[in-house]
Amino acid sequence: MSTEALHHAHDDHGHHDAGATKVFGFWIYIMTDCIIFATLFATYAVLHNNIATGPSGKEIFELPFVLIETFLLLISSFTSGISMLAMHQGDKAKVIKWLIITALLGAGFVAMEIYEFHHLIEEGIGPDKSAFLSSFFTLVGTHGFHVSCGLIWMVVMMFLVSKQGLSDTNKTRLTCLSLFWHFLDIVWICVFTVVYLMGAM
Amino acid sequence: MKSYVSGFILSIILTLVPFALVMFPGLATPVTAVIVMVIMAIAQVLVQLVFFLHMDSSSEQSWNVMAFAFTVLIAVILIGGTVWIMYNMHINMIL
Repeated sequence: MSTEALHHAHDDHGHHDAGATKVFGFWIYIMTDCIIFATLFATYAVLHNNIATGPSGKEIFELPFVLIETFLLLISSFTSGISMLAMHQGDKAKVIKWLIITALLGAGFVAMEIYEFHHLIEEGIGPDKSAFLSSFFTLVGTHGFHVSCGLIWMVVMMFLVSKQGLSDTNKTRLTCLSLFWHFLDIVWICVFTVVYLMGAM
Repeated sequence: MKSYVSGFILSIILTLVPFALVMFPGLATPVTAVIVMVIMAIAQVLVQLVFFLHMDSSSEQSWNVMAFAFTVLIAVILIGGTVWIMYNMHINMIL
């Protein structure tokens, strides 16, 4: 083995370590994001009975609608995993293909949520109506905002991967994006259980 | 691939059961339904952590798991503490 090859192997190792450190740093960010959601859940838990003159959750939640939203996000979490597998295989076209499918499913989720919010506000059931609705819109809206940011990130990644291919930097970015996307689905499990299902009982 | 598929199938089951319990109230009493829903939600979070985020007890994962465990601790103190304090406030403020 020539010294060049040794040097190269060492370099690769260095890149790998830098990537792993970045992913760990991103994981720490996700953990702090969990705490934001924990505060919003705590707020919701305290205020969910204070409906003032507005409607209760039972009157406004439509479970079949929420079930479709849940499935869009769950399937998109799965397809995001498939694009990660394609990345490990080094198949650039497949990575982009599955990113597009993931983004479309995510966009469907955001579109449904915007429709739900728009529909509620149009009927005069906005966040200003009661403490329950303020905390509901804040919690669900913050999740929706995260998903929207994830969508923008995904579009940027499609562009970067098609331009630069699966470089080490892009692989690290894709890994972080995939972590973020799975994390959003995990938060949604808590949202649909605590807010929609318990609210509709 | 196998890990994603098993995680996906388990997640579907753990989503459909709680929705069914609420959409068809005849299936269980409200108390049972809430208990089952909470258990299934926790189970689904764990399923996705293991099958989608590949969290396990290996040494490369130990810092991730440690950070996660700390976050869970903080979240429990935050949510549990808030609900506890505010519930007592509410009870004692009723005149």
